[in-house]
Amino acid sequence: MLSRLKSKWSYVVIAALLTLSILLPFDWFLSQYTTLAIFIGIYTIVTVGLCLLMGYTGQVSLGQAAFFGIGAYISAILSKTYGVNPWLAMLIAAIMTGAFAYIIGYPIFRLKGNYLAMATLGLGLIMWILFRELSHFTGGPDGMSGIPYLSIGGFVFNTSFRRYFLVWFFCLAVLLISQNIVRSRVGRALRAIHGSEAASESIGINVEQFKVKILVLSAVYASIAGSLFVHHLRFVSPGTFDFLASVKLVVMAVIGGLASVWGAIFGAGATRILSDEILLRFGQWDIVIYGLILVLVMIFMPEGLFVRLKEIFERLRLMYRQRGVEP
Amino acid sequence: MSTAQFVQYLVSGVTQGSIYALIGLGFTMIYAVTKIINFAQGEFVMLGGMLSFTLAHSAGLPLAPALIISVIVAALVGAAMYIFAIRPAKSASVVSLIIITIGAAIFIRGLAGVLWGVDSVRPPFFTGSRSISFLGAYIHPQALWIIGTTVVVTIILHLFLAYTMVGKALKACAINPVASSLVGINPRTMALIAFVLAAAVGGIGGVVMAPLTLTSYNVGVMLGLKGFVAAAIGGFKSPLVAVFGGLLLGVVESLAVAANWGPFTSAYKDAIAVIVLLLILLIRSGRLAEEEMTG
Repeated sequence: MLSRLKSKWSYVVIAALLTLSILLPFDWFLSQYTTLAIFIGIYTIVTVGLCLLMGYTGQVSLGQAAFFGIGAYISAILSKTYGVNPWLAMLIAAIMTGAFAYIIGYPIFRLKGNYLAMATLGLGLIMWILFRELSHFTGGPDGMSGIPYLSIGGFVFNTSFRRYFLVWFFCLAVLLISQNIVRSRVGRALRAIHGSEAASESIGINVEQFKVKILVLSAVYASIAGSLFVHHLRFVSPGTFDFLASVKLVVMAVIGGLASVWGAIFGAGATRILSDEILLRFGQWDIVIYGLILVLVMIFMPEGLFVRLKEIFERLRLMYRQRGVEP
Repeated sequence: MSTAQFVQYLVSGVTQGSIYALIGLGFTMIYAVTKIINFAQGEFVMLGGMLSFTLAHSAGLPLAPALIISVIVAALVGAAMYIFAIRPAKSASVVSLIIITIGAAIFIRGLAGVLWGVDSVRPPFFTGSRSISFLGAYIHPQALWIIGTTVVVTIILHLFLAYTMVGKALKACAINPVASSLVGINPRTMALIAFVLAAAVGGIGGVVMAPLTLTSYNVGVMLGLKGFVAAAIGGFKSPLVAVFGGLLLGVVESLAVAANWGPFTSAYKDAIAVIVLLLILLIRSGRLAEEEMTG
């Protein structure tokens, strides 16, 4: 009974969110937030991958922005410089980023904990340096502009209104795929790895392979997000993929609740709103706030802000119900 | 490359490497006592440099007190970081602790950006800027200050760990925290001391480095990474090997840039440290993994 009610509740919440998200670009008051919502969608895609990697599998990545950047730059270079169809460019970018993750996956997952964190940080830095220095391809520190829009047949995604639906189509697809992965055999294996690698190994889980697979998946997500990013903004520069960008992705995952797929929307949303709407005028203050959030959330609710809020909500609801049942 | 040029690059490598060595010392100390990699280690160097600029240049304090106050403030920030961010997270997982120290790092960096702005600054030189000629190379007096300070700090730290009561307690705590708490050594106090010492050493590095290399609110990440490389060469165990590792990295960087072969122009200088880092981590990965499990 309880579980059925629980699922009923979550359907109501999802339905409400869906209605809101569909209405958002139509409403004249809300439509000014369409661009913000596009960015939230893009960053949600990256964050979901990071949640799978960090929250479910327990592997830190301080270089996730590198995958985001590889996807973005491959898409930008292929579609602008070489005139490749943007959809094909996006596909090639995703495959190449995935392949890159696969190649670095095996050596890098010989490392654990602190060393893994520092190695991913290092990889992120190298990619950032390459984006900046390979100016022949990437336009250097100034970046590239004039990247074409995505289009289907004659239908060009040349307004924010259209791109909003495009991005959220991808975002929801990624969320649903991830949800299914988490609830499947694979998801249980990942959680087992998080719990104890030795124990997982002993019951026949190929720990290394699962870790690499999830890294590849998260890299492909990040790459797709990167492609959407460049075809939305039509501009790309290295600053979007520096160390701070990777840290901000971690902030999103942490706020969302590391081990929560849907929390990613919450994490990406809260962070983007904080950055774009509230703290934009205060310069460096957003970093200060993010630092504070990371420390506080990790000390007081290591399972993540969203997960904790959900728990509190559940408890309140139970208390309310119990009071109602009693005569 | 002529001898003079070689010496020139060597000296500049040793100078840079000295800074990495000091940061590596900080990493090693905190890791030995607490098993935490402090990702905010580079921020203490940034703080030392920025504070010394404000005090000595903007506030017009005499140099010596300005430097001492800068180092003390950096040490206090280290203490505050331990008390407010690390200690409350008592039994947090490795992942949580990494995120906490990163959070502390960008918090400090962000505040520095707010306080000092984003421009690079140069605090005054300690003893002017008239270069000294040595084997055909020109050595900046500030470089001598950097190298000299590193030598002195390393020796003092070594003596401190080997011959004082607190130093021995720190060592005991690093070897076995449970056993040392049985004989009355409080691991939390030791952890606090380790953080203060690491922050002070980082602050000293920042203070001596800033006049020569300039400093800004965001130098912490790269310096932290390079200090980490130094400490990783020492396996996070030996402070002396960490110092050696720092010097080695500095020289490798400098000579790689000097050789100018292939893609290794100065634009890629920072990438060299990352490559060295990845190589060390992968070569040592077997042993590191074991330590991570048993430690």
